[in-house]
Amino acid sequence: MCLAVPVKVLDLSVDGTARVEKDGVTLTVMSSLTPDVAPGDYVLLHAGFIIQKLDRDDAEGRIRMIKDLYDGED
Amino acid sequence: MERIKQIREALKGLGKQSATLMEVCGTHTMSIARNGIRSLLPEGVRLVSGPGCPVCVTSQGEIQTALDLAERENVLLCTFGDMMRVPGERGRLEDMDNVKIVYSPMEALTEAEKDRDRQVVFVGVGFETTSPLIAATVQEARRRKIRNFSVLPFHKTIPEALRLILSDPEVSIDGLILPGHVSVLTGRRYFDFITEYGTSGVVSGFEALDILEGIYLLLRGMEEGQREVLNNYTQVVKDEGNLQAMNTLYQVFESSDALWRGVGVIPESGLIFREQYRDFNALERFSTPVPDIPEPEGCLCGRILMGKSIPPECPWFGTECTPQRPIGPCMVSSEGTCAACYKYPEVVFKR
Ligand code: SF4
Repeated sequence: MCLAVPVKVLDLSVDGTARVEKDGVTLTVMSSLTPDVAPGDYVLLHAGFIIQKLDRDDAEGRIRMIKDLYDGED
Repeated sequence: MERIKQIREALKGLGKQSATLMEVCGTHTMSIARNGIRSLLPEGVRLVSGPGCPVCVTSQGEIQTALDLAERENVLLCTFGDMMRVPGERGRLEDMDNVKIVYSPMEALTEAEKDRDRQVVFVGVGFETTSPLIAATVQEARRRKIRNFSVLPFHKTIPEALRLILSDPEVSIDGLILPGHVSVLTGRRYFDFITEYGTSGVVSGFEALDILEGIYLLLRGMEEGQREVLNNYTQVVKDEGNLQAMNTLYQVFESSDALWRGVGVIPESGLIFREQYRDFNALERFSTPVPDIPEPEGCLCGRILMGKSIPPECPWFGTECTPQRPIGPCMVSSEGTCAACYKYPEVVFKR
C-alpha cells in the first residue's frame, strides 16, 4: 500500500495541484505538500499526492556508501 | 545481474555470521519473496517479516465498522483497493454496492463534492506514508467547505510497534530493513531510536538490488560493531523527511492508543482527530464505536506480524486458508506474509 512511483512534473497551478506525466499519461495530482517542486522535476507520487522531489544528483549517493562493493564502477 | 552477483560474493566475504533481520514493510516482504532474496543470503542469515502491512494490522472490529457504514443508506464508502477482500462477520466490502475503490483520498473528496446530499466516508488505513495525505485531504475539505466528507481514523504509526518488537524477549532482531516510502515522509532520523535497543537499520528502496545492498550494509556494519541507522535511498529520503507533510499530519491528528490486529493495544501507535477537526471523524458523525471482535480462531497473523511465527506454522496455511479463501488478513492482503509465502512457495522461510 505504501508504494510510490516516480513521475515528471509538467506544470503547477496556483490551487495546489500539478500536472504530471506517468507512463505517457497526464495526471492532475496534489502538490500542496511539496512547495519546492518545479516543472521538469522528477518527483515521487503516492495516493494522488507528490510526496518528495527526486534528487537525481544524489542518485549515486548510495553507491558512494558501498563503494568497496562496486570498486572501479561509475 | 552483474551487481547482484557482486553483492553475493561480498556477502560471502563478510565471514561467518548468524543474524536475524526484519523487513518492516509489506512491500519489501513481497519484493523479497518475488525475487527469491532469501535464497541469495548466506547460511545463518534469516529474514523475518514485520508489522508493516496496513491491511494486516487493521483490527476485525475496524473492518466491521467499515462494513456497517457501507450498509447505511445514503453513504458512499471509499477505500483503497487492498481492503476490499478482507472478510468481516457477514461478507466483505467487495460484495457491497455502496463501496468505491479510490487511489487517492482526494478522489473521495471529489465524490463528496459531486453530490452534497450523500455522505462520503473514506476508510483511513495506512502508515506514515499515507496518513499525511489524508490529513491534507481533510484540510482541503475544510477549505472547500465540503461537509459531507468524513474519515474512519484507523491509521497506525510504525515506531511504537517496532519498540514493542525490539523489547520482546521472544524475538531477537539484529537489524531492520526500514520502510523506504514511510521514511520519505518521516525522514531517516525518525528511526534513530532503534539503536537504543542495540539494533541497526537501513532505509531501503524496493528493487531486489536495493534490498540486497541494504542487507549487505547491515551485516557489514554489524561485523564492524556499528549500531546505526543508514540511508540507502537518498534520492528521496532525507534525514528530516517531508516536514510540510508531517506538520500537516499533526495539525489534523494526534497520537493515541491503537489496537493492532492479533497483537493488542499498542500505546500511542494510532492517530485520532484533534479537537478542531472532530467534525470529520466518521465514528462520531455516525455515532458508531468500533466493536470488539475476536480474531479468527487459530490464525497466527498477530505472531507473524511481530516476527514470532512463520506462515507454515499455522495449521490453516495452504489448506483451509488460501488467497482464494483467506481466513486472516496476512493472506488477504497482497502484501501479507502468508500471501507472499503461498504465492512463492519455493522461498524457504527459515526458523
Ligand atoms: S495462513 Fe491464514 S489463518 Fe494462518 S496465519 Fe496466515 S492468514 Fe492467518
